[in-house]
Amino acid sequence: MTRWRLWIPLLLFAGFIGLAAYLLPQPKDDFVHSRMIGKAMPFFQLPQALPDKPTVTSAIFADGKPRLLNIFASWCVPCAAEAPQLQQLRQAGATIVGVDIRDRSEDLTRFLAQNGDPYQAIGADDVSRVQFLLGSSGVPETFVIDGHGVITYQHIGDIRADDVPMLLAKLREAGA
Amino acid sequence: MIAELGLAALWMAAALAILQVVTGLLTVYAGRGGSDDSVLPEIARLTRPSAVMQGLLTIFSFAMLLWVFAITDLSVRLVAENSHSMKPLVFKIAAAWGNHEGSMLLWVTIMSLAGALIALVERRLPERTMQATIAAQGLVALGFYAFLLLSSNPFDRLTFPALEGAGLNPLLQDLGLAFHPPTLYVGYVGLSIAFSFAVGALLTREVTPAFARAMRPWILAAWIFLTLGITAGSYWAYYELGWGGWWFWDPVENASLMPWLAATALLHSVSVLAARDALRTWTIMLGVVAFSMSMLGTFLVRSGILTSVHAFAVDPQRGTFILILLALYIGGALLLFALRAGSIVEGKRFAVASREGALVFNNVMLSAILAIVLLGTLYPLVTEAFGVRVSVGPPYFDPVSAIFVIPMLLVMMVGPLLRWRQDSASRIKGQLLAILAALAVGIIVVVLIGGVHVLPFLGLVLALALAVASLSPLKGRKLRRVPLFTWGMVLAHFGIAMALFGMASDSAFTKEKLTAVGVGETAMVGPWSVKLDGVEPVAGPNWTAMQGNLTASYRGEQPITLTPQSRSFWAPPQQTKESALSTRWNGQLYAVIGEQSAQGRWQLRLWWKPFVIYIWLGGGLVALGGLLSLIGRMMADLRLRMAKRNRALRAGEAAA
Repeated sequence: MTRWRLWIPLLLFAGFIGLAAYLLPQPKDDFVHSRMIGKAMPFFQLPQALPDKPTVTSAIFADGKPRLLNIFASWCVPCAAEAPQLQQLRQAGATIVGVDIRDRSEDLTRFLAQNGDPYQAIGADDVSRVQFLLGSSGVPETFVIDGHGVITYQHIGDIRADDVPMLLAKLREAGA
Repeated sequence: MIAELGLAALWMAAALAILQVVTGLLTVYAGRGGSDDSVLPEIARLTRPSAVMQGLLTIFSFAMLLWVFAITDLSVRLVAENSHSMKPLVFKIAAAWGNHEGSMLLWVTIMSLAGALIALVERRLPERTMQATIAAQGLVALGFYAFLLLSSNPFDRLTFPALEGAGLNPLLQDLGLAFHPPTLYVGYVGLSIAFSFAVGALLTREVTPAFARAMRPWILAAWIFLTLGITAGSYWAYYELGWGGWWFWDPVENASLMPWLAATALLHSVSVLAARDALRTWTIMLGVVAFSMSMLGTFLVRSGILTSVHAFAVDPQRGTFILILLALYIGGALLLFALRAGSIVEGKRFAVASREGALVFNNVMLSAILAIVLLGTLYPLVTEAFGVRVSVGPPYFDPVSAIFVIPMLLVMMVGPLLRWRQDSASRIKGQLLAILAALAVGIIVVVLIGGVHVLPFLGLVLALALAVASLSPLKGRKLRRVPLFTWGMVLAHFGIAMALFGMASDSAFTKEKLTAVGVGETAMVGPWSVKLDGVEPVAGPNWTAMQGNLTASYRGEQPITLTPQSRSFWAPPQQTKESALSTRWNGQLYAVIGEQSAQGRWQLRLWWKPFVIYIWLGGGLVALGGLLSLIGRMMADLRLRMAKRNRALRAGEAAA
């Protein structure tokens, strides 16, 4: 073995120490931000989640009206917690469409009966395909989409009461 | 008072560690130039006793921690944060090491005990090497004393005692888990001995077969505990977490797997060094790497730099402290290696087709698997430095490690049959044919079963062939005269085959069912029919639960009762799922009960997992093989010592 090779383990280890020393003091950010923000929504078509409710496709976002796209599920506890805030947004004039993740229609019906139904349309995303297309990694998340189908904002986690005015402002920005 | 006694003992132990480092290193450097033990300075006599005393003091300190937990002394901060007066006694005691500070105290206790043991019994090597080794052990322990005393004091008092403790994570209130961390720690920290031996040998440049024989039982002992700890941990995750999986490639699991891989490689290379005086620098390198992996794992888990389901209380300051320790110890050892390894003469040469050749090949494969696991574990760190967050899971680890596991298994079948130094395939033709026949039979059987994916397919076939191959070193030998350590190897290799069979069969044949059933209804999974007889509330010492009463029948046989529970703990409030298992020789039925749905039906999750228990039985067999081998080696050593003493006695008589 030549001598210089004996130094390789030490050099690799020094690299690791440098990396760890750089990362350790960095604040930990637990949110995974979508890389789709500012980009046009990819093409998709989802099946209907409920027989009497229109579904969500990428085509419906091209009518010039900004919308909120809410990723939710009946099995998700924070989704029930954010339901009143979605109702408020609805009453303030926002158009909300839902993407229902890995759900069953009878559970969804029960969820909407208990928590109210703010959705203009709901699509069933059984394998999280659309969720991943949008760059979302959790439930619930809410996206602001402008009238040309461009994603302008991502809200991660449930919508709290003080998030409502902020989301309405984002919608107005997207509408302009 | 009890807590203060424990703390004082810890400070004294740290002081003794300093003494041991100073006297050990002075001895090594005072006697430089000659390796004659008769010219050791007088100060050398202090080194061993201080290591022994240090071990006793830490044991005392740890006993004091157990004591304050046993009596639930709520004026001690650690007790107030992690225990509760209503908890069963055994879990009160287990709570002592179920937290950061207590587990670090356990860590240094084991480390100084290991140091005390080598100081007490290991006298086969030149004394200068031993002095250097004990000094190295003391130096490593010193860093962890500093960590414990300066930033993680387990005996810290509260100004005002708490009224009640905060409880313990209910997932940890399980007997299996209570003893899983100590087992793993003995393994992790036991490897510090190999590290210190390697550093000691580098300091005195005495890397000899005698050194390998001295180091081997310590590695073997640590490795047995690691094997048991990993096996038990995997089984715990399987039945306690309630998702039916047994390995998740979670950073904490990887942190236990990496030292095991390094120790397995070390175990085999040290045998080559002991038998054939080859692979000197490689063995030293592995000795350094094995314990480095233990420390690295601790850092990854405790610093919060990686996210994991096993998260301990995370504190960046502690992370910085451990990182500094890592840089000092691993960096120092690697620096010493780089400076000194060049001057260690390469060992003897050997042919490719030989026992050594096979062992070297498997060493390289094990190291490659280690590198893959390390890379997968650290990769999220690297990408995060560039602002991208990823997580690495089974889709990476499974196929990529298989690339190296498969050739390793193939060579592992043949290696034990080969002779040292040089051999030819024609000598072992008979056994080779038997292995090939097993491979062929395996392929035919699995093809006939059909519908098995690539990796489980290979797993099943290789498991069968390895089972045959692992027994073939016994062929043609009188079984009663086969040495114990050979039995150990046979058993350990057979255990690997068995575990592999369990893993492959679990991923190939598992049947899963998620349904909602009403009381009186029956669900089918695989050959089982499971009937929900009723659901009733039950209460334990610190929890209440909804318990499902199930009767399960295997192919219409006599039904058995299963009682999965959905438990609610109140201190701290948390829900857990207690799965119910029914084990047969050919598999396990696994039942979990979930929530009640609106129509009064209960969610029931059922798995039929054919042969899954062989994973852990195999793991246990591997550890048992290690134990037999350890006993065999120790008995051989004792016989050698006796013979030496008898010869010395006889020589003395002759002289008189």
